[in-house]
Amino acid sequence: MQSNSMFGVRRSAFGVSFLNPMLNQLTISELTARLAKREVSAREAMQSCLDQIARVDGKIHAFISYDAADALAQADAADKTMAAGTTPAQKPLLGVPVAVKDVFAVKNQPLNCGSKILGKFVSPYDATVVEKLKSAGAIVFGRLNMDEFAMGSSTENSAFGVTRNPWDPTRIPGGSSGGSAAAVAADEAIATLGSDTGGSIRQPAALCGCVGLKPTYGRVSRYGLVAFASSLDQIGPFTKNVCDAATMLGVISGHDPRDSTSVPQPVPDYAAGLTGSAPDGPSIKSLKLGLPKEYMIGGLDAEVKAAVDTAVKQFEKLGAEIVEISLPHTDYGVSVYYIIATAEASANLARFDGIRYGARVEGADPIELYCRTRGAGFGAEVKRRIILGTYVLSSGYYDAYYLRAQKVRTLIRNDFLQAFEQVDAIVTPTSPTAAFKIGEKSDDPLQMYLSDIFTISCNLAGICGISVPCGFTKNPKLPIGLQLLGKPFGEETLLKLARAYEANTLWHREKTAIVN
Amino acid sequence: MAAPQLDIKYVAHLARLQLAPDEEKKLGAQLDGILGYIEKLKELDVAGVEPTAHAGPLVNVMRPDEVRPSLPHADALRNAPAQANGLFMVPKIVE
Repeated sequence: MQSNSMFGVRRSAFGVSFLNPMLNQLTISELTARLAKREVSAREAMQSCLDQIARVDGKIHAFISYDAADALAQADAADKTMAAGTTPAQKPLLGVPVAVKDVFAVKNQPLNCGSKILGKFVSPYDATVVEKLKSAGAIVFGRLNMDEFAMGSSTENSAFGVTRNPWDPTRIPGGSSGGSAAAVAADEAIATLGSDTGGSIRQPAALCGCVGLKPTYGRVSRYGLVAFASSLDQIGPFTKNVCDAATMLGVISGHDPRDSTSVPQPVPDYAAGLTGSAPDGPSIKSLKLGLPKEYMIGGLDAEVKAAVDTAVKQFEKLGAEIVEISLPHTDYGVSVYYIIATAEASANLARFDGIRYGARVEGADPIELYCRTRGAGFGAEVKRRIILGTYVLSSGYYDAYYLRAQKVRTLIRNDFLQAFEQVDAIVTPTSPTAAFKIGEKSDDPLQMYLSDIFTISCNLAGICGISVPCGFTKNPKLPIGLQLLGKPFGEETLLKLARAYEANTLWHREKTAIVN
Repeated sequence: MAAPQLDIKYVAHLARLQLAPDEEKKLGAQLDGILGYIEKLKELDVAGVEPTAHAGPLVNVMRPDEVRPSLPHADALRNAPAQANGLFMVPKIVE
């Protein structure tokens, strides 16, 4: 079954590669090791991913589009670079296929943000993270499906169709980076890149059973990321394990003068902190893990709670000390977020006006042109949020809503900073439930918003967070994610804890049947 | 305490968004529901609390006032829906 080809991109040749059918199932470390030993070529690895996409993407639709010829050309270039002597130490992602969410500018590739309003837009430049991936030797390919302009928790809001959860195609993969999570879970790419404004990396990672990392605000440059909410957006990786997440984080992090919110904080060798440790992971003895009492509440699914409880006991067995903490303003997170994020979005999306780029519906005067273009080009969720955001910023309402929300944001941030004086990291469920059915919440926007309760405060506070697989529901078998939250620029501790847990469990090794 | 009624026609115009009548109705109802939920923020005492505009440590990030290359003209026009004489085309603004 042919998947969507809206931009005239060429598809890979049909048929399975008989050379190395398993390459797409490898991790970054496994693939780079085999590439370095010349056991396999980058071309074979890329072809293996393309074959998998041909095999499964008809069922899950993680990709909006991809340029197979360009991807294979990049692979050939990587093979030449390797033949000339470049090592993984010099280029840690050399020859590794990495697909990207349709929200990043990749020079000469389409950019749609899951929306109709960008029309046939082709990026004239690379986002900083894309430049960094390419400098590290990665094969950057594909446009992964997403909720339109990153607004959503289910990838049901895309103008390009719904992405399906590889564990159960009648269910959502999460959102807004649903395509990014599904592609890793289905071994269509070795790793992917997504963005997280209120949980859009961590929640789909949890629902699809892979690792998803949201760095501290300012850790990664947002230049070339189409902005949703400028004070909340952050870019991060989806990977098959924690070591790969550390490798990706090391590549994409760093100060960028083109993003004035990127922080001039040195980038440690995140991967080195984890590799070389014993098979049972780095030591986390005497690290303190906070368990916020407000998170183990009502709407939390019983199986999710059980999986997280078991995970917490596992951390105790590994030597961490569990401390009950309180994040008293937890309950206000969703309200604060849907004022601040929508306000910022209403400003950021004002640029889509049919004048300089994108789709256009003509009008007798500019205002009519704007109204018609935006009315036709934006989907329902985007319109909902733009209107809400415009309202809370409008004259007479600004103080009661936006200014008040910013003050409560301070209270939420202080909850975390105070907690981090007692503990090294905080452990929570990522999502109150496992993946729900497609269509189940799409008629009730507020219900959809409330499902972000555990991930949202992290963005408001500007701290870092990771989701790792920690179990499955029984029937059907659906992934459950464990979230760890760390201090600002505390990614090293976060990764250490996540790696220690992963090294002592087998959840991350399980694959969905769709992969075979 | 009920949320003030959102005047959707007015706000949609501020946002330059044309809505069909059934959209207006549906969105209006959904937004009233959301605003009703958001009212809970009024429970909190925020006296003396400084607002947080962004959760990062940076303020007033500047660069030297030096001319640097910007996006080439042709690249900037490349995605234009309508252009003429190297300019973006717009409908007439003044009579």
